[in-house]
Amino acid sequence: MKTMTGAALWLVRLAYLTFALFPLFWLIRISLTPDNLLYSEGTTIWPSSITLANFTYVIEESPFPVFFGNTVIVSMGTAVAVTLLAAGIGYAFSRFEFAGKRALMVFLVITQLFPLVMVITPLYQLLAPIGLVNTRIGLIVVFTAFNLPFAAFLMHSFYEGIPRELEQAAMIDGCTRFQALILIILPLMLPGIGATLGFVFTAAWSELLFSLMLITSETKKTFAVGLLSFVGKSGVDWGQMMAAATLALIPPAIFFTLIQKYLVGGLTAGAVKA
Amino acid sequence: MSVAADSPATSGRSPSRPRRRFAAAEAWFYLAPGISIVALVMLVPLAVGISFSFQNYVIFRPMSRGWNGVENYIDLWTDRTFWLALANTARWTFWSVAFQLGLGLGLALILNKPFPGRAVFQSLVFLPWAVPTFLSGLNWQWLFNPIVSPLPAWLTAVGVLDAPRNILSDPDLALYGPITAMIWWGVPFFAITLLAALRSIPQDLYEAASIDGASAWQSFRHITVPFLMPMITITILLRTVWVANSPDLIFVMTEGGPANSSQTLPNYVFTSAYKSMDFGYASALATVLMVLLVMYSVLLLFIRGRLGQ
Repeated sequence: MKTMTGAALWLVRLAYLTFALFPLFWLIRISLTPDNLLYSEGTTIWPSSITLANFTYVIEESPFPVFFGNTVIVSMGTAVAVTLLAAGIGYAFSRFEFAGKRALMVFLVITQLFPLVMVITPLYQLLAPIGLVNTRIGLIVVFTAFNLPFAAFLMHSFYEGIPRELEQAAMIDGCTRFQALILIILPLMLPGIGATLGFVFTAAWSELLFSLMLITSETKKTFAVGLLSFVGKSGVDWGQMMAAATLALIPPAIFFTLIQKYLVGGLTAGAVKA
Repeated sequence: MSVAADSPATSGRSPSRPRRRFAAAEAWFYLAPGISIVALVMLVPLAVGISFSFQNYVIFRPMSRGWNGVENYIDLWTDRTFWLALANTARWTFWSVAFQLGLGLGLALILNKPFPGRAVFQSLVFLPWAVPTFLSGLNWQWLFNPIVSPLPAWLTAVGVLDAPRNILSDPDLALYGPITAMIWWGVPFFAITLLAALRSIPQDLYEAASIDGASAWQSFRHITVPFLMPMITITILLRTVWVANSPDLIFVMTEGGPANSSQTLPNYVFTSAYKSMDFGYASALATVLMVLLVMYSVLLLFIRGRLGQ
């Protein structure tokens, strides 16, 4: 009986693993398939020969390295900005009692209800006069605002896991509150900071619609826009596209693998209070 | 004290007025930068967007721009595509969230028990969450194509399809393509939040229950489920809203087609605004979607409050 349930459990685990990984496997498989076998051996699990030609083309001849660089800049910028600002908001929510606090928290939850497609045009009109349309800074500002509410709650949950007595003791010893935050609390918040950085980086890396609407020049395009314009062109080269897509997967996959442990840990600390 | 944040009663009773003012000022030192950017970039455009919905605002006809009251909303009432998109949004959101919840809960329960290789397993099954949405759309679009993927043949073999064909070009089935991609992508998020909630359940409760002779099912029913409920409702709320609002997957995989059969509201907003260039109408559609989601959230939080008593 026990070995039976044990075997069943492994089957379930295997099923989850297959469901999660098969689509990624297929992406890589197509990026390695030579053009002439793309359709003739389209449904076999592994093609009779493989090639790296798609990857060398994407890296050496296509504009994708530029898109890649742009996406790194935008995602990193957004992740750092959001984490800094969320550290402030989360701290205030966790350590202060003040009038309007509850209203403010409700406001942040409500921002999650907006259909973002609705604000594209007004946002464009707002950003155009101050020169932020078609710039990477503009994208960073917009993504920062969109990701901040959730990140603030995430940070709040991490602060809740750190005892107040720590900074109170430091303040009795003569630190200001701000010094106590920087010297005592922030070092303990490193898992939370890591989790927030990674979460926001991954989210910013995926963004499509706003990059599509706000960026027009080829040299500032992000990966998502670049890939989609690949589809728009006549005679799409699927192998090359999938090679570019495989490369686009690497940074968020690394980031996310590093931080997922902290994400679970941090949510555990503040979970039930959420 | 950590729950103080949730009770308004504690916030109004500080020792003295000047000290409370100082505390508020100090709190705003930490809040202001973030809150102001959210207000500027989200709230202001939102207000402008809602005002568009009461205007005749078509980019190709700049001369005829002006306030037109609720005309956009009247048009919407008689627009068949709107009702179709509304029904599709409900279908898309319900199936995506239901499967994400079920599979995510199962995954969280699996990951909560130690087994050899768990750490590696966890980072592998969470990987889909790291895949950019548009990319998972492109990838699944490819997977549903019978010429370049074995999936349609497999679906036929297990009897889901009558023949290996592309469900994305079938008006009756097209929406299930993006739904599958959404489920695949979103299971890890549910698993992460529910795993965190599972880990925060005090273990001695289970020990006490087993000493009292409770079965595994009874422990699950009377300890696990009640402890998970707050996290489950908040995760369902967030996911429902995000899924209902997200056009990316459908935009990439079907563009709402064939013949609007997989059109959802956010996608319809996007096509109205940037294909028909009718910003007034697009904003009216978006406003309706937002009002519906606010109503849904209030209802869900109300039910959660009732259950909590």
